[in-house]
Amino acid sequence: MRARDLSVEQARRAGVALPRAFVLWGAGSVAGLVLLAFPALAQALEWSYYLSLATKALILVLAASALNLVLGYGGLVSFGHATYYGLGAYTVAVLAREGVRQAWLVWPAAVAVAALAALAIGAVCLRTRGLYFIMITLAFAQMVYYFVVSFKQYGGQDGLRAPRTDFGLPLGDAEVYYLSLLLVAASLFFLWRLVHARFGRALQAARDNEVRATTVGFPVYRIQLVAFVISGALTGLAGALMAHHTQYVSPAMLSWPQSGHFMFMVILGGVGRFWAGLLGAGAMVLIEELFHSLTVSWQLYVGLTLLAVVLLAPRGLAGLVEGRRR
Amino acid sequence: MPVSLVLEQLLNGLQFGLMLFLLSAGLTLVLGMMDVVNLAQGSLYMLGAYFAATLAAATGSFWAGLVGAVLATALVALLLEASVLRRVYGADHLTQVLATFALILVFNEAVRALWGPQALLLSVPPELARPVTLLPGLSYSAYRLTVIGAGALLAVGMFLFIHRTRVGMWVRAGASNRRMAQAMGVPIRRVFTGVFVTGAALSAVAGALLGPIFAVQVGMGEDVLILAFVAIVIGGIGSVKGSLVGSLLVGVVDTAGRAFLPSAFGLLFAPEVASNLGPTVASVLIYLLMAVVLFVRPRGLFPVHG
Amino acid sequence: MVVVLASSLLVSGMAGGQARTLRVGFVSTLSGGGAALGQDVLDAFQLAVRHLGGRLGGLPVEVLTADDQLNPDVARAAVERFLRRDRVDLVTGIIFSNVLLAVGDLVFSSGVFYISPNAGPSEYAGEQCNLHFLNVAWQNDNMHEAMGHYATLKNYETAFILAPNYPAGRDALAGFKRFYKGRVVSEVYTRLGQLDYSAEIAQIRAARPRAVYAFYPGAMGVNFIKQYAEAGLMQQVQLLVPGFSADADVIRAVGKPMVGVFNSSHWALELFNPINRRFVEDFRRSYGRIPTLYAAQGYDTALAIDHGLRAVAGDLGRKAEFRKAILSGFDSTRGRVRFSKNGYPIQDYYLRQVVELPNGEIVNRLRGTIFRNHGDAYVEKCRLP
Repeated sequence: MRARDLSVEQARRAGVALPRAFVLWGAGSVAGLVLLAFPALAQALEWSYYLSLATKALILVLAASALNLVLGYGGLVSFGHATYYGLGAYTVAVLAREGVRQAWLVWPAAVAVAALAALAIGAVCLRTRGLYFIMITLAFAQMVYYFVVSFKQYGGQDGLRAPRTDFGLPLGDAEVYYLSLLLVAASLFFLWRLVHARFGRALQAARDNEVRATTVGFPVYRIQLVAFVISGALTGLAGALMAHHTQYVSPAMLSWPQSGHFMFMVILGGVGRFWAGLLGAGAMVLIEELFHSLTVSWQLYVGLTLLAVVLLAPRGLAGLVEGRRR
Repeated sequence: MPVSLVLEQLLNGLQFGLMLFLLSAGLTLVLGMMDVVNLAQGSLYMLGAYFAATLAAATGSFWAGLVGAVLATALVALLLEASVLRRVYGADHLTQVLATFALILVFNEAVRALWGPQALLLSVPPELARPVTLLPGLSYSAYRLTVIGAGALLAVGMFLFIHRTRVGMWVRAGASNRRMAQAMGVPIRRVFTGVFVTGAALSAVAGALLGPIFAVQVGMGEDVLILAFVAIVIGGIGSVKGSLVGSLLVGVVDTAGRAFLPSAFGLLFAPEVASNLGPTVASVLIYLLMAVVLFVRPRGLFPVHG
Repeated sequence: MVVVLASSLLVSGMAGGQARTLRVGFVSTLSGGGAALGQDVLDAFQLAVRHLGGRLGGLPVEVLTADDQLNPDVARAAVERFLRRDRVDLVTGIIFSNVLLAVGDLVFSSGVFYISPNAGPSEYAGEQCNLHFLNVAWQNDNMHEAMGHYATLKNYETAFILAPNYPAGRDALAGFKRFYKGRVVSEVYTRLGQLDYSAEIAQIRAARPRAVYAFYPGAMGVNFIKQYAEAGLMQQVQLLVPGFSADADVIRAVGKPMVGVFNSSHWALELFNPINRRFVEDFRRSYGRIPTLYAAQGYDTALAIDHGLRAVAGDLGRKAEFRKAILSGFDSTRGRVRFSKNGYPIQDYYLRQVVELPNGEIVNRLRGTIFRNHGDAYVEKCRLP
């Protein structure tokens, strides 16, 4: 796969006038500045809670965007992405329990474990299609879940504490925020290049018409497997970040409701739109914030919101934004 | 190992598998015919159990509760189909999964508001609350035998209906090729409504029959739902035969795994290893089964073409 | 987004401005399979606050609630919200140990007390014991130890023991074995959340033990006991369970087949003291159901907080005195309860049996005392003074 210069080609192909791009870049820069200044702002206003919330939102943006690569661009409905998220997080915690806390060892290990798991699981699952694919990814996720729960030395159902890794300087909440911001921005940039490169187009071609993509000569299985592994690795990175953020990992991170949660964020954002992860995860965090006080009947409100999204805005938030503009 | 124990475990697996079939039959037909993934099937199972418990308490008769529960659940399914499901026909699986997942949340909350968070009581009918001696040394619960009988009867009834009647032919036609069936003049919408309501009624039967064995409470549908999906995926989506075979496989493999694996591992490994490994492998056995089946046959054991 | 943040800040800011309100963060399992337990604790806690005139230790009380969904991550987010945004003075409410272990360090490191109405993990009893942690219920192993001791007293030579395959399950059976002197014929660990126990029950029938001890919290317990009774084993092999598996909520779901089951508990419906009488009567009147031991613990949690706050005149800044006041004992639904230095109770454990009253009502009756002044096995490792 060759990454090419996109912005120009992209604009030409979509027939979009350049001013719009400028507006977007402008809005982007303002948002970027706010994001960069947020920890200082939070400290000044004693908003430590909102700093933590922002970190969490950033990490979820990464996880949802990674899922969107296979789910949106690949059309592969993985119902087991919690596996990679949880494995990334558990790698951090388990290595810490074993006395390994050097950042340069732990972070690559977390991503590698998730990527290897995605490679093994993807290699089997990608032989199937449609609902079979949904179910077999779920099956593997369940296997990993029960496997982890049965490890008493690593906490089992109780979970495990995950002290932050050692970068040579102590990691405070603000540092974890900046680390998340950096890694999420880098990952989003990487994903942007990826989906707009030949590889991304091949992936989408396979989603839209597999037979044709094969006839044209795309190695569909290999392309999908690579996308699956990249998605798993980035989800693992999100898991490692979450372990640093909360300093705690639990089997709930590997459970199927967690996988559903990721799917919900992507769908809320708009499947297959690049910003689905960003919009979906952001909206999700807000919805949870709004409904948290309605504790006893939160299920009802979340359920009704979901139904409303599915029935009234099936293309998600990104779809709404685009629809308004046209 | 005594033969009677093995036989008893087989009966347990059979009973569990047949109840799973009642859930998966509706699921597989709705999927096969309309390509609709309905996660709310588990909620209908829960409603069946709740209606049965309430009506049994009101009338004093388990059987009246069972019949009432089936009718009431069918009615709810009719409303559900008209209000929500009809809007997601033709949408992708993801949308359907989400919409019906939303329904699970709404149903759970509604049931909690109506009946409260505490589990409900549904007792075994008194005439069946005793063991029956099947063979010397093998006695088995009369109630569970009845459940096996009812499950087997419904399974046979469904096969006769699908393979011997005109409506059944429509159903099969719809499951293998919807467009073609529609072009041939099959009233597919009405057939589908019928299939959906029948599926709901079967789930209600399962809920009511399992109520005296399991806890009748909010969220009881979700665990069973996943197992039912495993069963239809093993069997091949859209095939009633597949869902029966898949359900029985899941029931028997799960039961046998839990019953015999830990002691088998005890013979193979050191005690500490076995006590850790045995229960873990037993819990993932059905998922392992599914993965292996799909690896060898990516469209299940009885693929439906179309 | 800014509007939402600003308005919620405004709300918390305003509430903070009111003078001397005690803000209690109550996080518990209020949805899903464990919902009934959390609801019992919450209802009883609020009943106690009403009994105390809407005040604890003289301060008006505001109870903020959150549902942990039995998910440690959700609980952590809720507790973070309580501590950093709502600035609560106290946290309580958690039912399950794995949830508590996920949030404990967060609460303690903020210098806020966590008063546990139920979850009593061994971690916080031993090396990780904490100044900010108190448990008014029992240490996780206690009920199982009591039942193990009872099985020894009754000379049950053989026992078949079962639990779900997760750490609390393994700890429970370890607790049972710590005091059981007979022979364990089989020790079975089932899948967490399993519904059908027919395979295990068939194994029990084949093994013919004298007694069965089963640790199954929540819905798993209802399922196991229902199926055990339905298999006709109730008359053949004595079933022993911890107290929470034979409480009003389980009896309500299983019904008559439960009659005869023995269980251990630190509390009983008919314990004769004025606090318990008032609690049981008013709980039934207010909520229309028989209180469980979870409810009694929720009620006692509020009483303990009230007792501690009175000793420091409502000033939670005087942490050591607050802790000491509770540790030296408070009057509860179980009479006067004292504590070890690790913040866990030293109390009596009773034997109860499920019986049918002449009027057809099925209740759990007090049958005797198994342990007197029983503490926990981990207190030696706690380095608090």
